[in-house]
Amino acid sequence: MLAILKREMSNYFTSPIGYIFLAVFYFFAGMFFTSVLAANTTDITYVFSSLFTVLVFIIPLLTMRSMSEDKKQKTDQLLLTSPLNLSGLVAGKFLAAFLMYCIALAVTVVYSLIRAAFAVPEWPVVIGNILGALLLGAALISIGVFISSLTENQLIAAVGSFAVMMFILMIDGFASLVPIPQIASIITSLSFMSRYNDFVTGILNISNILFFISIAVVFNFFTVRVLEKRRWG
Amino acid sequence: MIEVKNLTKSYGNKHAVNDISFTVNQGEILGFLGPNGAGKSTTMNILTGYISSTSGTAKIDGHDILDDPIEAKKHIGYLPEHPPLYPDMTVQEYLEFVYQLKKARQPMKAHIDDVCRRVKITDVQKRIIKNLSKGYQQRVGLAQALIGNPEVLILDEPTVGLDPKQIIEIRNLIKTLGQRHTIILSSHILPEVQAVCDRVIVINKGKLVADDTAENLSHNLTEDFRYIARIEGPEEEVEKLLQGISGIVEVQSLGQKEPGVCEYSLEAEPGSDVRRELFKRLADRNYPLLGLKTTELTLEDIFLQLTQDSSAEQKTDGGNH
Ligand SMILES: Nc1ncnc2c1ncn2[C@@H]1O[C@H](COP(=O)(O)OP(=O)(O)OP(=O)(O)O)[C@@H](O)[C@H]1O
Ligand SMILES: [Mg+2]
Repeated sequence: MLAILKREMSNYFTSPIGYIFLAVFYFFAGMFFTSVLAANTTDITYVFSSLFTVLVFIIPLLTMRSMSEDKKQKTDQLLLTSPLNLSGLVAGKFLAAFLMYCIALAVTVVYSLIRAAFAVPEWPVVIGNILGALLLGAALISIGVFISSLTENQLIAAVGSFAVMMFILMIDGFASLVPIPQIASIITSLSFMSRYNDFVTGILNISNILFFISIAVVFNFFTVRVLEKRRWG
Repeated sequence: MIEVKNLTKSYGNKHAVNDISFTVNQGEILGFLGPNGAGKSTTMNILTGYISSTSGTAKIDGHDILDDPIEAKKHIGYLPEHPPLYPDMTVQEYLEFVYQLKKARQPMKAHIDDVCRRVKITDVQKRIIKNLSKGYQQRVGLAQALIGNPEVLILDEPTVGLDPKQIIEIRNLIKTLGQRHTIILSSHILPEVQAVCDRVIVINKGKLVADDTAENLSHNLTEDFRYIARIEGPEEEVEKLLQGISGIVEVQSLGQKEPGVCEYSLEAEPGSDVRRELFKRLADRNYPLLGLKTTELTLEDIFLQLTQDSSAEQKTDGGNH
């Protein structure tokens, strides 16, 4: 698993993708943050509430190649015939993308500290924001990795992930269109946005934490299943 | 060392591999011979755990590849049909990655250097893989299989894409590797298999049609009973003369090749040597024999022969049931 993680990380930095991802993230984070500064508040909630939308665009960049590229280059033949189990392989791929995401997110920690220098922030809110962002990222990354395992074309993986994440982003809107209240409430209970917003406003709710962790675990498990199934094909 | 029993792989209702069984002993070099689509790569992919068999078992050093995959895979080095290379990495980075992936225990730097020396890629160790020629990429693929010194090497068409000089080098390398490793290699080329392997398995349409030593196989199949003779003299008369020689069952004129000189294809009864008689008769009539060569059986001939044999066997099998 460590070998995979290491190779993926160095791959992010030998291809332009890693830099593009970081650049786009830093650009938006910086932009939101300056507007917060301009508004002269210590409230960085605004930065984080916009984060979801940005992630929908850039997480697919991070995960589109995770599994698809190995299939295309036939390097999966090396990985799957090595003494390494499938969960180790998927974990390595997932963690590499997640680590990249953490590197990106680190900048928001820096911003928060800068704000703290000016005025004492509400620490629970700051911690909630960062924790929420970490969990949301993990969930979205696991979905992206899963979609990337379904195809050997990285473009299809990227567009597919983008579409799915866009849908997830707007799921509350769809729920309001459903006339049957029971079904609408099921859909809203799956909403990433409302749960993420709880974090953003500083509400640490254990069920929200478990929700995002379960999503990440379930989709990584699905990815393992896809690889397993392909073997039996 | 390798034990394969009743291996079958079906895609839909098509059998890519059909009930294949064989064993390979420690230190043996086994050749897989078969035409395109015979099922060589599929069999190798099953042996290495890349795909699962539909039924049947494969054991590597006593470890079942399905029940105990990690243990089994520790003993295998695999060079697939397309070398599994990461084009953006340098050869060194790539081999270090493979080293970690396989959890090899040898001291890393020395081991990688040693492997590179053996497959002669030391001079490209620092280069990016995508810029290497096909032959060098093939060798990097081979190097990858050797990392960790696995007991079993499974090589799918290891000499494809190499120039003749490299082919000979790689064949010699495989032969030396055979002293310490158990090897299965696949090929379309009979002479290659003959040159390198102790034993040969011929597969056709997913079925095993022969399992024998290379010597036996070539001996049984390339008995000298087909010749091409180049003879000066009137075509019809020479043809009649040839037909009169006892032991020759078929004569076919291949037409005039030089002024007054024709070529004939002769088929002799298996086991009878007609060359002396042929020379004598032609000398008597003063028709100079300008050339005589045995036609080597091509791979196609061998397949034809083997597959005809096996379908004949099947028929009698069916009759018995
Ligand atoms: N994923 C698959 N789906 C359907 N059929 C397949 C699949 N993989 C292999 N086959 C079929 O199985 C048969 C055996 O293929 P295989 O690649 O093992 O042949 P081979 O002996 O390696 O041939 P070659 O000499 O061309 O490499 C072929 O008829 C092929 O079409
Ligand atoms: Mg093949």
